[in-house]
Amino acid sequence: MSLLSAADQQKLREAFDRMTRSVRLLFFSQAIGCETCGETRQILDELRGLSDRISVEEINLVLEGDKAKQYGVDRTPAIAIAYGSGSSESGRSRESGGSSEASSTGDGRMSDTMKDSRIRFLGAPSGWEFVSLVQAVLLAGGRESALSAASLDRLRAVDRPITMQVFTTPT
Amino acid sequence: MAFASPHITATAVEATEFPDLARKYQVSGVPKTVVNEEVEILGALPEAAFIEQALSSPRQ
Repeated sequence: MSLLSAADQQKLREAFDRMTRSVRLLFFSQAIGCETCGETRQILDELRGLSDRISVEEINLVLEGDKAKQYGVDRTPAIAIAYGSGSSESGRSRESGGSSEASSTGDGRMSDTMKDSRIRFLGAPSGWEFVSLVQAVLLAGGRESALSAASLDRLRAVDRPITMQVFTTPT
Repeated sequence: MAFASPHITATAVEATEFPDLARKYQVSGVPKTVVNEEVEILGALPEAAFIEQALSSPRQ
């Protein structure tokens, strides 16, 4: 059973169609002790089904600790968002190896060319967080930033590491 | 903000799923933003104000 209504699916398909870059959702999970991993997996699978440009790579926190460390992830479920360099084609399969393939084992070559958006989600992205996730995917996919030019200038001047944690609840 | 700067990483944390984190940062209302574990922003602010507060810190 789909989580999204047909109308919502169509709206999302249209928004994702406008993306110019491929987006990979890195989903960190655990087999034991992750009550919302199943729900997260379902949400990500639905998203992936709405666009050729969205792929999902599931990474086991315990078995692939190095990769988790690389993304600074130590809890599950967690989602990191990476994006590719973009292509002039509008989402049909490409000769270069298809970032459109949903690769659950992870394609080492693809991961090398993907950039980290530095956006993370901890916990199942349901309720309002789903909207945030979609916004983040669209941003990574090439949509223009919603921030003002002045804000972007201010952020470009940042020269030290900054971590931001935004606490939310599903409703 | 994270997308706009290579130095910034932003994580949205679902508070009910991670009660220990919610306790650690004393989250009693959402949204609550914690920057570098020291600056706290409660609620939503206009863009410029949010950024200024997020980047303000004794260490700067």
